[in-house]
Amino acid sequence: MTDKADPAYDETYDKASGKPSDKTPGKPSPVGRRVIIGMLGLGAAGIVGGATIQRAIDRALAPVSKSVSGLVPAAGGGFRFYSVVDEVKPRPPAAYTLGVTGLVKAPRTFTFADLRALGQTRITAEFHCVTGWTVPGVRWQGVLLRDLLDRVGLDPAAKALRFRSFDGAYTESLTLAQARRPDVLVATSMLGGPISHDHGGPVRLYVAPMYGYKSLKWLSGIEVVDRVVPGYWEERGYDVDAWINASNGYG
Amino acid sequence: MTGKGAGDGRRGAINMIDRFTRAERAVHHVTALLLFGCLITAAMLYIPELAAAVGRRGLIKSIHIWAGVALPVPALAGLLSKAFRGDVRRLNGFRPHDWEWLRRGDRRAVRGGRGVIPVGKFNAGQKLNAAFMAGAILVMLGTGLMLTFPDPFPVRLRTGATFVHDWLTLAIFAVTFGHLWYALRDPGAMAGMLTGRVTPEWAARHHPGWLDEQNPDPSALDTVGSSADEMS
Repeated sequence: MTDKADPAYDETYDKASGKPSDKTPGKPSPVGRRVIIGMLGLGAAGIVGGATIQRAIDRALAPVSKSVSGLVPAAGGGFRFYSVVDEVKPRPPAAYTLGVTGLVKAPRTFTFADLRALGQTRITAEFHCVTGWTVPGVRWQGVLLRDLLDRVGLDPAAKALRFRSFDGAYTESLTLAQARRPDVLVATSMLGGPISHDHGGPVRLYVAPMYGYKSLKWLSGIEVVDRVVPGYWEERGYDVDAWINASNGYG
Repeated sequence: MTGKGAGDGRRGAINMIDRFTRAERAVHHVTALLLFGCLITAAMLYIPELAAAVGRRGLIKSIHIWAGVALPVPALAGLLSKAFRGDVRRLNGFRPHDWEWLRRGDRRAVRGGRGVIPVGKFNAGQKLNAAFMAGAILVMLGTGLMLTFPDPFPVRLRTGATFVHDWLTLAIFAVTFGHLWYALRDPGAMAGMLTGRVTPEWAARHHPGWLDEQNPDPSALDTVGSSADEMS
């Protein structure tokens, strides 16, 4: 009476006509393929326009960011912890030292207690990661970098600073002019308490006007040099002068 | 929601219907395992409390990347199976009753032991789920590779890739939970995916069109013999 339905198709017999109904309405429409192509198109559009869209979402979510942090991507309120190495051995404050060397009059090593004993500066600001997430109202406390530099005294040839991390891999740089800004800290406190290991404690750099990758974590050494040496991410394509909203393709 | 008389599909092996071959089930199970690997490690990398509790970021990141890169492999390998290729064709194609299934509030209604809509081997929701997962796996693979090897890309595109990867993750979590929600409430469907076989009663309720295809209209049984062509 009739052919068995082609098992490649997804239909039954049409009782009225006695024909396999997969033939009756014509070919099935390839909705699955369209969904996949549509998603690939949206994905590509998201890659191109995502930076802009994310900013708009952040602004829209700002009033509720505290309650959705950690759930909604980059909605603010939550840090993401980045490290360029597999594992960083924690260093307790008692064992911590910061060497300031290079083109200085009197190289010196500061202990954690030394840093706490110097004049403290507090800054509260929004933290911006270059990959798009931000955290509003982060409280920092520490020694102004320029105060440390004044303690050791600079050689006339000094032009820039090179920072090292005790993760063994990360480096950063600042020009002397940038380092002397009043919003650049050698931070010993964050979010109202000690800087946690995950946040780069016990001591990290905090460069308020620049993207987070300039605020080197696990600070272990400052070398005064005669030219800017690009840091870890800067060798990998990021801008050396990482001004927020005016670098790395933003602004 | 399964046929009560026939139990959940494990008993009454005499007139069970083959639904999925070993190859089709293997594609499903390996994909599911890799997807769980991706989602669990994603949570460990992303949720601050979990990230801090678990640590070992290098190891977790490696598992995440390798599971993600491997995610399309089972489906690609599955293309060697004729049965799986047939499933892909069926999942791709939408017919009028699929739109009807999406529109109607009583899409799962059963009358006289049969679903009211002549759903084939897969219903429209299963088709959309499969298409979404296929698209999602490809987009996540693309953006994931951009984030793993960011050097050739300007920062703006890396930010865009992060944006897509993050938000699509939320959608994948939601769709995966939905998939599990419907599957776990339906022992007949679970048995179909775990053992490969279902009862005719379950098939009649959930996939009547597909059941007819396996076992044409009883009145036609006499005429549809070993070779359908002879009877035309």
